[in-house]
Amino acid sequence: MATYTGRCDKERQEMLRAIGAREVDDLLFSVPAAIRGKAALKLPEGLPEFDMVNSMSKLASRNAASRGLVCFAGAGVYDHFVPSAVRHILSRSEFYTSYTPYQAEVSQGTLQAIFEFQSLMCRLTGMDVCNASMYDASTALAEAALLAVNATGKKRVLVSSCVHPNYRKVLRTYCTSAQIAVEDVPSTDGVTELSKIESGLKEGAACFIHQQPNFFGIIEDTSRFGELTKANSALLVSCVDPLSLSLISPPGEYGADLVVGEGQAFGNSMNFGGPLLGFFGSRGEYVRRLPGRIVGMTTDGSGRRGFVLTLQTREQHIRRARATSNICTNEALVALAATVHVALVGEKGLKELALQCLSRSNYAAKKLTGISGFSLEFEKPFFKEFVLRCPVFAQSLVDKALSRGILAGVPLSRFSGDGKLLLIAVTEKRTKDEIDELCSVLGRGAGNI
Amino acid sequence: MVPENLKYTDQHEWVRVEGDTATVGITDYAQHELGDIVYVELPLAGTDVTARKAFGVVEAVKTVSDLFAPVSGQVLAVNETLGTDASIVNKSPYREGWMIKIKMSNQSDLEHLFSPEEYKRLIGEQ
Repeated sequence: MATYTGRCDKERQEMLRAIGAREVDDLLFSVPAAIRGKAALKLPEGLPEFDMVNSMSKLASRNAASRGLVCFAGAGVYDHFVPSAVRHILSRSEFYTSYTPYQAEVSQGTLQAIFEFQSLMCRLTGMDVCNASMYDASTALAEAALLAVNATGKKRVLVSSCVHPNYRKVLRTYCTSAQIAVEDVPSTDGVTELSKIESGLKEGAACFIHQQPNFFGIIEDTSRFGELTKANSALLVSCVDPLSLSLISPPGEYGADLVVGEGQAFGNSMNFGGPLLGFFGSRGEYVRRLPGRIVGMTTDGSGRRGFVLTLQTREQHIRRARATSNICTNEALVALAATVHVALVGEKGLKELALQCLSRSNYAAKKLTGISGFSLEFEKPFFKEFVLRCPVFAQSLVDKALSRGILAGVPLSRFSGDGKLLLIAVTEKRTKDEIDELCSVLGRGAGNI
Repeated sequence: MVPENLKYTDQHEWVRVEGDTATVGITDYAQHELGDIVYVELPLAGTDVTARKAFGVVEAVKTVSDLFAPVSGQVLAVNETLGTDASIVNKSPYREGWMIKIKMSNQSDLEHLFSPEEYKRLIGEQ
């Protein structure tokens, strides 16, 4: 540990002498004098530990953590329950503090855990292969578009306007500099217009990207998506909520070629929006085009089963400019949390969790729309989120609810939508009492009770 | 090992010419330098290739190398067996490890290739 603690002047002098320099500034010879800072940095004096802890605590207390609020906010990151078993296993130092632990000789546990993560994502999504995870759904979605463009040679991608607005922004960030055209497919009544998917594909596209359930929480009818993309030599990219896959058809069953999504709902807190957990799966034929790390199962020299990073020649540290992606990392710890969580709850448990979300969100929607002035914006089946039309501006209701300790939801005005629309998420954590309280608070906030 | 009946490129490909068909692969020197080959990415039959431009990729465990067409023309055939067992290239680089057959569009391309002597000099073998 001594090598990681600060240096004292005596040691600095010794090191400088050893390399033939007089002072540290001598080492900056390659930085032009004109751009070197002359004045000393304006930093406050160091604080004793107690004063520092005190001042930081005061700053931190200005944030309201989810434990202190009843959370009905979703829009991509959700308040799901994290069993203490997950935190317990995660906090083992072998997992918690290791950095890039992929050397097969010393990291079999980590590699096996990632292999299990990949396997369970394949089972849930119906894909043949999954990688070791991505940063989040938005970047995974963007990478899927790039894969499709590289595989088909067509520099145009179609994305449903029902895909999360932030994901579409990130997609455009990736595509614009690569001169790939991105077009939104319009929606009607909260779902993607099928005829517009078809007409968009007929003009030539590398892929069609959709989200299931979509940004509004709606479960779209995806049954024809695969047929349409295939008929037009395009890939179908599905961005999914993995928890929903215990209840609705997985993308593998409706012709998806690539599946991405956000795995935060499995065993991870909201973490102020990150780190999150992107995943990326594909049909077998695309395995050599997959971005990111992939763990494989093999046998060692003595014939024992072992796990290794495999197909590394796709990656930029080997392919360099020929790599299809510049990602060179994954979300190992977050993926581990997801893997532990799913392994503990199991197939039945996942289904139960999903049913809890489904029934609670439907209960909330029914109760809320029973209040005069409130209605369901889209008469469509939904999973754990829905859009509520309010009689007044949604932001004002959210503000009022906040003073009662409730995060009522995400106003769609946050995404340039109608100011009276509120996106409400209800997970297995929201009790009947909490939901009833939400109804009461919103009703009073709108002056209708 | 540098067979006398072949021509060579400075990128370590060999060419066997029969009429206007050129069979292409990589040399023994190349396979040795690359180490265990795990994958060979080849074009589809019918694809046009251009002399001195890349037509595919050969992947070894720790490195990836472009494959350069020695002559211009159209791909007549592709060695499908490499898809199941890329190590054939290591074991038999000049026979079973052939990669593509090209229908040459320009016989004069052959003039830019190395003779066995010139190639031996390139790889420091005498």
